[in-house]
Amino acid sequence: MHWLAKPATERSTQIFIGVLTAALVAVCLLNLLLPAGHPLHVSTYTVTLLGKYLCYALLAVAVDLVWGYLGILSLGHGAFFALGGYAMGMYLMRQIGDRGVYGHPVLPDFMVFLDWESLPWYWHGFDMAWFAFLMVLLVPGLLALVFGFLAFRSRVTGVYLSIITQALTFALMLAFFRNEMGFGGNNGLTDFKELLTFDLSADSTRLGLFVASGLALGLGYWLCRAIVSSKLGRVCVASRDAEARTRFLGYRVERVQLFVFVVSAMLAGVAGALYVPQVGIINPSVFSPLFSIEIVVWVALGGRATLYGAVIGAILVNYAKTVFTGVMPDAWLFALGGLFVIATVVLPQGLAGLLAKRKRGKPTASAKGVKEATA
Amino acid sequence: MTILQSLANRDRVFDFLIPDPSPVDVRHGPILYLEDVSVSFDGFKAINDLNLTIDDGELRCIIGPNGAGKTTMMDIITGKTRPDHGQVWFGSRHNLLTMNEPEIATLGIGRKFQKPTVFEALSVFENLELAMSADKRVMPTLVARLSGEARDRIDEVLEMIGLQTERDRAAGILSHGQKQWLEIGMLLMQRPRLLLVDEPVAGMTEQEMERTGELLTSLAGKQSVVVVEHDMGFVRSIARKVTVLHQGSVLAEGSMDQVSSDPRVVEVYLGEES
Repeated sequence: MHWLAKPATERSTQIFIGVLTAALVAVCLLNLLLPAGHPLHVSTYTVTLLGKYLCYALLAVAVDLVWGYLGILSLGHGAFFALGGYAMGMYLMRQIGDRGVYGHPVLPDFMVFLDWESLPWYWHGFDMAWFAFLMVLLVPGLLALVFGFLAFRSRVTGVYLSIITQALTFALMLAFFRNEMGFGGNNGLTDFKELLTFDLSADSTRLGLFVASGLALGLGYWLCRAIVSSKLGRVCVASRDAEARTRFLGYRVERVQLFVFVVSAMLAGVAGALYVPQVGIINPSVFSPLFSIEIVVWVALGGRATLYGAVIGAILVNYAKTVFTGVMPDAWLFALGGLFVIATVVLPQGLAGLLAKRKRGKPTASAKGVKEATA
Repeated sequence: MTILQSLANRDRVFDFLIPDPSPVDVRHGPILYLEDVSVSFDGFKAINDLNLTIDDGELRCIIGPNGAGKTTMMDIITGKTRPDHGQVWFGSRHNLLTMNEPEIATLGIGRKFQKPTVFEALSVFENLELAMSADKRVMPTLVARLSGEARDRIDEVLEMIGLQTERDRAAGILSHGQKQWLEIGMLLMQRPRLLLVDEPVAGMTEQEMERTGELLTSLAGKQSVVVVEHDMGFVRSIARKVTVLHQGSVLAEGSMDQVSSDPRVVEVYLGEES
């Protein structure tokens, strides 16, 4: 069977795709067919909020791919998410054209404000959608390629790798805060008008972006499942548990790690690109180490090395965050920390582990990870 | 034609891309040949003018007291340690001293370490699948499909190591002995010509030892097997020919009865035990 078709035969993937499709269709119907006052009506505000959760879920899947299956704990995946978001943001800025506050035909508002004469070289091409969308994949992918090449070739793994990924995203945050970088400094990029000629404030565009996020999540999940259920996926698990032994069998572990890391970074980039038009802004705070750590908490809470656990974790934690920050904004970080402690102590396998315990099947790839966590 | 054109020419296969077609040449008998090999660490001579010949298809046991240089000898054969001088040949064509560890492994020398390391999260079948000789680069591994032939090969090895019933169970829940057999099976998947087995029965029960002995004797003939072992009872039960190492060189060689009646051997090794 072709490696890309393999997930179709898996029970978990069938259920996941089924639930996701049903949820997308239900939200669309409830939004479009029911009148605004109806108790079951899903408002456009909620649709956008759900769209944001779906982007986070895709990001969590990307993190779970490298953490759960390769054992590489990246504390800097927010950087790839942000870079994808910035690529999309630059396209959206160029789409504003002369409708900005200063009405300059080419330069975005913040450049006019900084008295810049012309567009920096790296802003060229972003007026073309295909180019910008390509950059959404290429920029995070290239960064992951260079970074991963250096790190994995020197066999930097474990906690050291976590620390340098953290440093990477922190360095990028500081760089993007600078006005001279040409990415809008700490205000970031915002005030977007339209995407591919669709008005971003229109309800239909927001619903469309929500569906696009759902499709991206479905496809990304499928791709990750295809990778982890291939022979390469088994090599990943093997190198996670006994790296030296895997090398001894003749596998170039650092190349396997690099490949999966780049795929993961690209998925994070796509998630970021879909996130930006829905929230309407991208600024350096997305690069903050705290955000990257939060992603890891989603995955840990949902359950490592299952992929669907990451999705559950991302959606639940972010829903809780939305509720919490509405009721008790100050207490959210304590609640997040509490959740993480509970996840580690009570649910070492996360919520997905609870599901798996119900139907005690054959041992899964995550069995080893659990042993480590409980030891 | 410019250099670029010649590079773009797909018909040409560069010399370094052509796999070495020469199989291991054993027409002259020995598959492994060590001559005057010496190695010292910080002045301590771990191996001292060692001469050793293993015939094709032979099962050889190597015994010797601690520090006799058994593990160092294995390290030299597998390319982990470079000797100070001497020669190491695999068949009569391959000079192992010019090759690195992966090259030696692909050439057909498999080594089983003392402590079994299997991939605990993967099933027994998957462990063998990963060990199978195949194109191990990233993309070919991603698109790899298990051919019927490969499946047969895995089942064949499963039968040899007696783990058919454990086929789909996670390797992590196997007993110590079963893990050792699985590890031997993983070596067999690579169709080695020569197997180096380091203390295969350490920590095994009597029954497991017996089965390990049967497994190793059944392998001999098809491939050459070198067993390093402390357990004299086990060596006596499987060995046809025994080499006794002492202070880095061969002290005695012959059948178990011959060496165990050799007064020098009794003095340095067997004598210690009694």
